[in-house]
Amino acid sequence: MIETQIAIIGGGPAGLQAATAAGQTGAQVLLIDNFDRLGGQLVKQTHMFFGSQQQFAGTRGIDIATKLAKQVAALENVQVMLEATALGIYEDGVLLVEQHDRVHKVKAERIIVAVGASERMLAFPNNDLPGVYGAGAAQTLMNVHGVKPGHRVLMVGAGNIGLIVSYQMLQAGVEVVGIVEAAPTIGGYLVHAAKVRRAGVPIYTSHTVKEAYGEGVVEGAIIWQLDENWSPIPGTERDVAVDVICLAVGLSPLSDLLWQAGCEMAYVPELGGSVAVRDELLRTSNPEIYVAGDVAGVEEASSAMVEGRIAGLGAALSLGLGGETAFKHLQEAREQLTALRSGPVGEKILAGLRRVEREVATDA
Amino acid sequence: MRNDENTIICRCEDLTLARLRQLIAEGYTTLDEIKRISRAGMGPCQGRTCRALIEREIANLTGTPIKDQPPAKYRQPCQPVKLAAILGGEPHAKDS
Repeated sequence: MIETQIAIIGGGPAGLQAATAAGQTGAQVLLIDNFDRLGGQLVKQTHMFFGSQQQFAGTRGIDIATKLAKQVAALENVQVMLEATALGIYEDGVLLVEQHDRVHKVKAERIIVAVGASERMLAFPNNDLPGVYGAGAAQTLMNVHGVKPGHRVLMVGAGNIGLIVSYQMLQAGVEVVGIVEAAPTIGGYLVHAAKVRRAGVPIYTSHTVKEAYGEGVVEGAIIWQLDENWSPIPGTERDVAVDVICLAVGLSPLSDLLWQAGCEMAYVPELGGSVAVRDELLRTSNPEIYVAGDVAGVEEASSAMVEGRIAGLGAALSLGLGGETAFKHLQEAREQLTALRSGPVGEKILAGLRRVEREVATDA
Repeated sequence: MRNDENTIICRCEDLTLARLRQLIAEGYTTLDEIKRISRAGMGPCQGRTCRALIEREIANLTGTPIKDQPPAKYRQPCQPVKLAAILGGEPHAKDS
């Protein structure tokens, strides 16, 4: 049995910042991640971030991962377990972790769940042909493993992930024949959309995939147009010859551990699916469990970092650690989060949060 | 082949859209019922691919919005793990 004060599951932007914030209060922290290096999805983000200076605007995601991991490494009271997978949270609060084919029981006074989200799939004929990828998976292939996913790509989804991965494919020398988007407008930031449009990639709004086809592998896709009620319009089919269909159709919070821990959950489409009801310090209805990052509601890396800080400080303060300094940092983090959510995208997030944020904290 | 016969909903357990629609028509109208009768969600990805698709199809065919559908039961372990890892127990202090 490993005993610690605060266990953090997930070493992405939220978990790393939670570890630093909690570690700086002097808490004993255990940071658990299933990959062989820290950073989560940041390690494959080769583009520069927007947002605010505090959240490393103008720095490439992969460099942010390095910076955040260095901050964690500088804290002697933060232990890191890599290639370690959280398997479950049990009735007695014990967390089971598998690492290198051995299991470890972890008993922590607080657990911060920062496990992120998974990619959504789309149902269309032949969606199991090799060559149909999640956009994030294709991005991992290219930017982490140095492998091109194919030669000619159809991207499905014009949110930020679809736009950014399309651009990175162009950088890798992969042809992107087009981006289809079921909504009547582009969901991602205009700067990202403008970059791929300047490179000659068409974006078909109000379009979706009708089917994929090919003998054993993807050889092409049929796309068609949607009317104002999102119903396909027969006769608008278009055949695109591609060997890769990339799906960037949204993310779902990875909430398994929270259900297991008995946290009160709510289905909130604005936040990507089922998320834990929590208070303003991200403490769930299970007073030992906090959430941060995409698992708390699918948003962005910058807000995930700030949420990580809030959860880390909140967890430490609930254990009587950190004092005035932690409280001051907590107020600053909350102000930063409000500022990050002040744009039009933030409106949707805030609407979702109003449905899950309430007073839940009790004495543990 | 009909279009929904080659549309895969759960790729771990090979559940097609056609079979899912048939199960819903037969009265299996919750995630857990679909899971028990078809094994959807019980493979390597533990429902991360199919869950949202099944919820949407149940909503489409029964009219019950996703927020009103009873949630699935989430059991440990949430990732596949070798039995040997569990049987091996925790490493002793000296070899950890």
